[in-house]
Amino acid sequence: MAMQFYTSPEQIMRDRSEYARKNISRGRNVIALSCADGVLMVAENVSTALYKLYELYDRIGFAAVGKYIEFENLRTAGVRMADLRGYSYDRRDVTAVSLAKAYAQTLGAIFTEQTKPFEVELCVAGVGRRPEDDELYRLTFDGFINHEPGYLAMGGQAEQLVEVLEGNHDINAPVREAFALATRALAAGGENGTQRELNKDVLEVAMLERSKPARTFRRIQGAALEALMPEQEDESDESSESE
Amino acid sequence: MNAATSSFTDFISQTAPELVPGKMSLPDGNHSDFSAHATTIVSMRCRGGVVMAGDRRATMGNYISSRDIEKVFPADFHSLIGIAGTAGIGLEMVRLYQTELEHYEKIEGRPLTLEGKANRLATMLRSNLGIALQGLAVVPLFAGFDLDAEDPDTSGKIFSFDVVGGVYQERDFDSIGSGSVFAKSSLKKTFRRGMEREEAVKIAVEALYDAADDDSATGGPDPIRKLYPVVMSATADGTDRVDEDEVAAIAADIVSRRTSDEA
Repeated sequence: MAMQFYTSPEQIMRDRSEYARKNISRGRNVIALSCADGVLMVAENVSTALYKLYELYDRIGFAAVGKYIEFENLRTAGVRMADLRGYSYDRRDVTAVSLAKAYAQTLGAIFTEQTKPFEVELCVAGVGRRPEDDELYRLTFDGFINHEPGYLAMGGQAEQLVEVLEGNHDINAPVREAFALATRALAAGGENGTQRELNKDVLEVAMLERSKPARTFRRIQGAALEALMPEQEDESDESSESE
Repeated sequence: MNAATSSFTDFISQTAPELVPGKMSLPDGNHSDFSAHATTIVSMRCRGGVVMAGDRRATMGNYISSRDIEKVFPADFHSLIGIAGTAGIGLEMVRLYQTELEHYEKIEGRPLTLEGKANRLATMLRSNLGIALQGLAVVPLFAGFDLDAEDPDTSGKIFSFDVVGGVYQERDFDSIGSGSVFAKSSLKKTFRRGMEREEAVKIAVEALYDAADDDSATGGPDPIRKLYPVVMSATADGTDRVDEDEVAAIAADIVSRRTSDEA
């Protein structure tokens, strides 16, 4: 019989964390933030068919970075859980916090029990009636839940992104300003802190619209996204006119 | 969960079968007397979509069990469903069907086609057949705006069903429930192809008025309690419920036309 080598639990967990962290850090970034009009989610995504931002329920959205097939599995499970709950009880009984906890359970169990942890980081976002009531949960590959204050960033350059969001974020700002801040933060995620150019072809944008009575999730794409993108030429025209 | 499915009904059949309507087994016999019955629904095509309307009465035998029940609902963003028959089972079916459509849309990232939605409803009915034969039958009427249609003016479609799960696409209009014979006779004379939505709403209310005139299980407009038919439309802009004041005005107009001396 082959010899079983002893590996300490600390070592196993460290290896798994390192493995997951390394693979997640290769992924592109996602930002979710509260603004006056709702919860805005912006992702860097070159694919036009495989999304990173999704609807879980009436007022609850989902965002993810990492391995697509793994977070897709988790997303489907989340939609099932939400719909099952809403159907068994009432639509208002489906809450962001209960979904976040369920994800934490799943991720935690996979992290400790399986040989390979999930290489994903998730966000469960709930839009409230007022910006102060919004809930943003960030879930890491090991099952930790972080309740974030008004904004969150995930992906390889999350720390750099948070630096930009920190201090500049205003929960009462209109969606246009929130979007400008989000793209500014995403652009800061270049290598060695360099600014990158981001055009609408690499952005996936969605929003949980605060004022909507039922399903609030809306993808912002095509003309609607173009309208949000800053038009540099126009801006300079306006400023020269006012001078 | 063994198989990957985009269907909520399939999902709960496997994980929580007790939540699937129609799965209960009943003792032999006919049980229709114990449950409230919903009656007349009418639906017709109009320019840019469809209109559907339902009266507000539910009955148990010769007793009026509800005067303000609602039996017409948005099924999803672009379609409507109305129910006739056993009210409790019908309402549960509507709720499951709404969840079913939304669930598919969320999982797949796009909604089902209108025909796909109609077929899905037929499957759900078929699973209800056992209790339907024991007197707890429910029959829906489904109508919606077909997003894939080339001409938006003829994009409205109506589907009727029977208890065994047959699905039939209607040409212009249809009605279900005990008052449907009279409602259809009314529509036969008032319906014209290419009507505007506003006009379709008017003749829908009138068809229900005619049904209530001859069918005791169909409720007419009730100005004393301010209860009027539920009228909805589905167009490119989504589903919309016609304002109750507007329906009240239409009902008042019908009554005054029919009470005038010249009539």
